[in-house]
Amino acid sequence: MDFRDSADEAAFRQRLRSWLSLHARDFPSSGDEYWARQGEWHSALYEGGFFGLSWPREYGGQELPPVYDVILDEELARAAAPPRPSLGYLVAGLSRHASKELCSRFLPGMINGTERWCQGFSEPGAGSDLASLTTTATREGENYVINGHKIWTSYSDVADWCLLLARTDPDAKRHRGISAFIIPMKQPGVQQRPLQMINGVTTEFGQVLFDGATVPVENMVGAPGEGWPLAMTVVGHEREPSTLGYAARYGKLVRQLAARIDGPADEELAWAAVQTEMLTHHVRRRLSEQLDGVTHTSDGSLDKLLMTWVEQSVGHAALAVGGIDDPNSLSAYLYSRAQSVMGGTSQIQKNIIASRILGL
Amino acid sequence: MDVRLTVEQQQLRDAAAKLADDLGPGSVAELADNARITRLDRQIEATGWRALRSDGASGVEVAIVAEEFGRGLIDAPFLGPVLADDLARHFGGPAGATIAANRHAIDARGFPRALRLDGTTVSLIDLDGAGTAIDLTRASAEITGSPVAVGDLDSDAAQRWVALALATTSADLVGAARGAHTLACDYAKIREQYGKSIGSYQAVAHLLAESLALIEGSISILRHAAWAVDELSPAEAIRAGRFAKVYCARAARTVCETAIQVHGGIGNTWECLAHVFLRRALTSTQLWPVKLEEIDVGLP
Repeated sequence: MDFRDSADEAAFRQRLRSWLSLHARDFPSSGDEYWARQGEWHSALYEGGFFGLSWPREYGGQELPPVYDVILDEELARAAAPPRPSLGYLVAGLSRHASKELCSRFLPGMINGTERWCQGFSEPGAGSDLASLTTTATREGENYVINGHKIWTSYSDVADWCLLLARTDPDAKRHRGISAFIIPMKQPGVQQRPLQMINGVTTEFGQVLFDGATVPVENMVGAPGEGWPLAMTVVGHEREPSTLGYAARYGKLVRQLAARIDGPADEELAWAAVQTEMLTHHVRRRLSEQLDGVTHTSDGSLDKLLMTWVEQSVGHAALAVGGIDDPNSLSAYLYSRAQSVMGGTSQIQKNIIASRILGL
Repeated sequence: MDVRLTVEQQQLRDAAAKLADDLGPGSVAELADNARITRLDRQIEATGWRALRSDGASGVEVAIVAEEFGRGLIDAPFLGPVLADDLARHFGGPAGATIAANRHAIDARGFPRALRLDGTTVSLIDLDGAGTAIDLTRASAEITGSPVAVGDLDSDAAQRWVALALATTSADLVGAARGAHTLACDYAKIREQYGKSIGSYQAVAHLLAESLALIEGSISILRHAAWAVDELSPAEAIRAGRFAKVYCARAARTVCETAIQVHGGIGNTWECLAHVFLRRALTSTQLWPVKLEEIDVGLP
């Protein structure tokens, strides 16, 4: 048992630190400024050899163990650099469910950042109950025609492609009538409407209206009606420890808050520090368990719940230390409220834990 | 970086778990079964685990046994003698002692004397028989005699001992939480109201799901603290122990309270084991206690 870096890991960390000392400060790390330049940041990381570390080599990744992603997250936070763009769940979804042809066409651009992606799953009427989605895909010749309304679509306004779930068979049982598509976003039938979050940020999430948009038949991922297993892979990976490697980001905020106080720490800040430390070691334990080939399907819900508690306690600490008059503290606090909703609400995670792990 | 238990550590865990399952108290009534306790005591003695540290075991291994013993409500001395052994091994001090913290000796059943560390000085203290305890599984004794200095540790060893005390009491807390949670989940599956098991209701199920998340987080932070005892600098090891202690103590209290709540009225009676877990958790929290204001928030 060793919590320290191996020799290879330490060498990687050192290389990364040198690179970050030259490049990190060029990029804004939060707010609308971050989202506006996220694409450039993605490309810079990739060109530097620090993105797609654990993904397949044939598509531009490096096939390193997932712990390298955690080292990357830690060092990005330490250098006050922007976070790593999260695409792991899309990479996982495509590599597991898409044909070789689709993977070869789309994964390299997704990984190297030359093509931007978004994920069209949630709808105004289909949140926790994703299978109730009503966006339709109707076959017309060599295309499917898409009509419907998607929401919570991260970076939809800058995306070139969307991994979209739509109903192809209205008569099938609800999970079975759903198919997955890779649809081009730059076309007349796609309208964007920004969503302003409670902290004021407008560039992260969007709403997308598909009004007669078209997608070529060959861009269907898997067979007709096989969209649901892909959706489950994607949401499962949204809860993976290395994908949700936000521990380093929380640590950064805790350190910033700690630097602002004289004397004993506020209780909220101390508790946030303790929980952040927990999450750091928890991610390490989960990644180590993956070395046994253990896949954490339902355990991801435990990890997501823990991560949510940590982020929201860091949010409370920000409020306790900075107060509502400090815009950064207020923004961090307000943003933290979304964590118990996005990627599956805490209530859904608890349902999964209770039924699939505890057998209640 | 690889923080998995080794094969030997997994075997140690399995052996400790089996001993706890075979000979630990299965009910409140069994707490009074002295024949069982004698068998349990002999078994633990036979394993040699009370001298794990002088046998070269790491903090991780002591924590593994402490966690399983907490889970099984083991009511024969373990942590006290192990911590005493870790003091005595540095200066050839007396064997057969338990440990004292402040004015109390813990795990005092069958142990007429205790070692106590003050700064870097180790004292030997005679005990006046085991008194009653808040903890129904571990007897504490008040210190009556005067401490006699018997040895000195260097500051490195003294600090590592504090780190071990923090990590292993945290391990006992994680074990108590796991035991209480299993008790509550088992009950939630068999207890029926409105014609269905109470665990099938989200209001109950979500409480138990939260408990499991707290336990998983506790296991992770504990593992780091237990590893740190021998592998990080003494100051870092104590820091890791403090963080783990605060997290595991809060988590264990919540998990035990949830276990009481899930048991409903019965959970508030003496006959239900839930309060035995809670009492053990509160006791381990109060041994080498850590307050939030002692947490160094400037993370490394």
